Amino acid sequence: MKNIKLILVFIFLCFLNINQSLANEKNLIFKITKNLRCLVCQGQSVHDSDSEFANSLKIVVQKKIDEGMSENEIYEFLKIKFGDWILYDPGLNKKTYILWLLPILLFLIGGAIIIKFFKINKIK
Amino acid sequence: MKFKIIPILSILFFFIVFAIFFKALQKTSFYTPNINFEKEIPSFSAKIFKMDIEKNSEEIFIGNQFYLINVWASWCVPCREEHNFLMKLKEQKNLKIIGLNYKDKEKNASNFLRELKNPYDQILIDENGTIAIEWGAYGVPESFLIHKRKIIKKIIGPINENLYSEIEGIIQ
Amino acid sequence: MPSLIGSYSLLFGLGCSFLIIFFSIKNFKNSNLFDSKILSFSLLQLLFVVISFFGLILSFVISDFSNETVFNHSHTTKPLFYKISGAWGNHEGSLLLWLLVLTLFISIFLLNTKNQLKDYRILTLLFQQVIIIGFFIFIIKTSNPFNYIYPEPKEGLGLNPILQDPALAIHPPILYLGYVGSSIIFSSALAAMTLNWVSKEWAKHIKKWILVSWIFLTLGILLGSIWAYYELGWGGFWFWDPVENVSLMPWIALTTLFHCVLVLEKKPILTSWVIILSITTFTLSMCGTFLVRSGILNSVHTFANDPERGVFILIFLFSLIFLALFIFFFFYKPDNVKINSFFWLSKETAILVNNWFMMYFLSVILIGTIYPIFLDVISSEKISVGPPFYHKLIIPFLIPFLLAMAIGPKLNWIKSDLRNKFYLFSFLIISLILSSLIIINLKIDFLVNTILISSGFYLFFITTRDFFVHKFQNLAQNISHFGFSLFILSVLFNNIFSSEIITNLKVGETFKSKDVIIFFEKVTKKKGQNYETIIGKFNIVDSENIKQTLIPELRIYNQPNIVTSEADIKINLLSDKFMTMNLVQNQNYFNIRYQHKPFMIWIWASVSIISFGGLISLFKKKHEV
Repeated sequence: MKNIKLILVFIFLCFLNINQSLANEKNLIFKITKNLRCLVCQGQSVHDSDSEFANSLKIVVQKKIDEGMSENEIYEFLKIKFGDWILYDPGLNKKTYILWLLPILLFLIGGAIIIKFFKINKIK
Repeated sequence: MKFKIIPILSILFFFIVFAIFFKALQKTSFYTPNINFEKEIPSFSAKIFKMDIEKNSEEIFIGNQFYLINVWASWCVPCREEHNFLMKLKEQKNLKIIGLNYKDKEKNASNFLRELKNPYDQILIDENGTIAIEWGAYGVPESFLIHKRKIIKKIIGPINENLYSEIEGIIQ
Repeated sequence: MPSLIGSYSLLFGLGCSFLIIFFSIKNFKNSNLFDSKILSFSLLQLLFVVISFFGLILSFVISDFSNETVFNHSHTTKPLFYKISGAWGNHEGSLLLWLLVLTLFISIFLLNTKNQLKDYRILTLLFQQVIIIGFFIFIIKTSNPFNYIYPEPKEGLGLNPILQDPALAIHPPILYLGYVGSSIIFSSALAAMTLNWVSKEWAKHIKKWILVSWIFLTLGILLGSIWAYYELGWGGFWFWDPVENVSLMPWIALTTLFHCVLVLEKKPILTSWVIILSITTFTLSMCGTFLVRSGILNSVHTFANDPERGVFILIFLFSLIFLALFIFFFFYKPDNVKINSFFWLSKETAILVNNWFMMYFLSVILIGTIYPIFLDVISSEKISVGPPFYHKLIIPFLIPFLLAMAIGPKLNWIKSDLRNKFYLFSFLIISLILSSLIIINLKIDFLVNTILISSGFYLFFITTRDFFVHKFQNLAQNISHFGFSLFILSVLFNNIFSSEIITNLKVGETFKSKDVIIFFEKVTKKKGQNYETIIGKFNIVDSENIKQTLIPELRIYNQPNIVTSEADIKINLLSDKFMTMNLVQNQNYFNIRYQHKPFMIWIWASVSIISFGGLISLFKKKHEV
């Protein structure tokens, strides 16, 4: 038993070392373009798309990063140009309170129902 | 009492959901951004077609005149449709038409203009599509009507009869 | 000719429905024995639908372009295999497939339930016939696959090349088996409600159907993901695209339902909840059909939009919902007397917790998918809800969920305690240490990742231990839970360690980074049966100095004239190398995308393991505790 576990652990650590060098290379442009909707495609992100629009937008985002704009500034910039539709991450604002909070609310209600279930049980 | 409320509420709930879906069906799912808004034109610099100079946006959009910036490419089929209207708009006295040649080859673009005539007062080159993005355009053709450095109208897709008369109305 | 036969056979099939309903009602009122005529007519109806379906396939095979569906979706130069799969690769044909599965399932149901109550069988059949008639009318009225064109065109318009793919040829049938299987659960739940027969016996009997639909749905989703991975060319397998979401929602509902039925099988609690879930599952499947077919969503997979179709499915869907609500509120009388109490630390509680989280995940996905539609209607504002939303709301909640999934099956029914459960605790410590080691080692300073990996490992170790300690006891459950832990871990590691290079290269050029050298050796042109292809040859040397050649393709299909990019994937036990190339407008270089994707094969394997657990559960004889 113990041996098996040790072997498993060892194997996993080996796997991870192989990929270590690759892990650090994630960069900002991928993160940003993955969060942008390609407006001329059907449900694809700019990062994933190879359309003319997406390719140009990738260049623009890279340029803005080089100019020293932060991630949020770039989102703001694109939101003004193309509207909220371009962002895959709908931030928490007036339009999206229900979107973000309703699932959490339902979760709490679910919890309450389960607790109530036990209370009824106890009484009976 | 409680027994009655839940059915009524749930039926009501599903009716509302139904109504919303029903209304959503009448809408198209294709995205068109807000068209009517007044915005400053972006600042950029671009190469001029067939010339070895670069110009700033400040040097291009000057004075009280109306400008129409038109994003086009020789490989774009709908651009041919709107070309006639552009030629007609060229006649307008207080309107200057600026072409933004989008991801094109110079040779193809020249051939295109030779074949269909040149409606543009000036042609800027957008080699990698970044200038179009600065304008908030996402394809070809698109056109922007500009007055006093403000975008007063944005046209997505080719200019047609209606849009042509609308532009005519605005600039007079 | 085959079209004509198919067309008439469809009408006869609809006719059968009315005969079945007539005889069923007569039988329901008058007799104590099940009328064998009903069964015969059901089988006859199945036969008609089969004929009609084969009629359509035959029209595709012989390229009969006087048939509108064939004309729109086929072409003479298409390989035979895709002519056949093209029959259900379009809106009309796929609906015919739905109908086929619907009638097939109800026939199997009737043949399989000879020992059940007569009234229950007949009522289930009646409710199922309501659905079947709805689909018949839908097909005949708005999407008839046998529409006639005159004069006959010489050539068809062809099938979208990205659908010309083996995985996508079998993906729809399997997915539909899952979707439609839930229709039986729906009808049967309505019948059981009407007769007030929601009992242990019913639970035992319906459990099989739940398992069957669940297995098919799991495999269907898996196939779709694999297809998206290698065909859509950007190396992802799940995009939180609305169409994927609508297939995931019934899956979650089915999984929850399955766990609940395990409780109901033992004792009569949670009855109303099981009923609600049974109804929800099918409603979600139908809702998915509605969202996909009406063109209401903006998605990769949109079928041709036709508002008329949308309106029809919408009305049909809500008729079914209201029918279910009506029966639920007015016929169904749950007896609340027999509440068996159980201690807070028990398997029942664990299942309740499972339900609680599953319902939360479901609501996140449901709200995320339809909220943009609602917002657009109410305020004309367009927003996108994409992966970041789902990740933020789902990932944190996975942690307690995984822990509960590990501990839950260890608990006893009714009452349990934590004696002799010391190992549960020690494994938790081991997992925590292990994952913090990994995280520190790799300098990923993300707390959620650490905890999530720990809980993944925790479930992994606990289930692995069970294979050794308990051997065959609870095998099915253990396999599935083990598969799930493997799934979570592979997805996490895949996510953290994937890397990607996007660059532009001309032939003969070399791209160098510290991890990889890509040399673009040459391009060659070739001709396929219905496409021309440009094959790029790339030599890749990675950080380990391993040399490999990847040959992504660009295919130019003749009909319709579409360029697709075919990825070349080198699959390895540890990681995939994935490469695509794309044309760039008016440039002489290609856009190259090279990805290193660890553990891809483990993701596919783990999902297969999950469904394999279901399969074992279906075939085992003894009931598990």
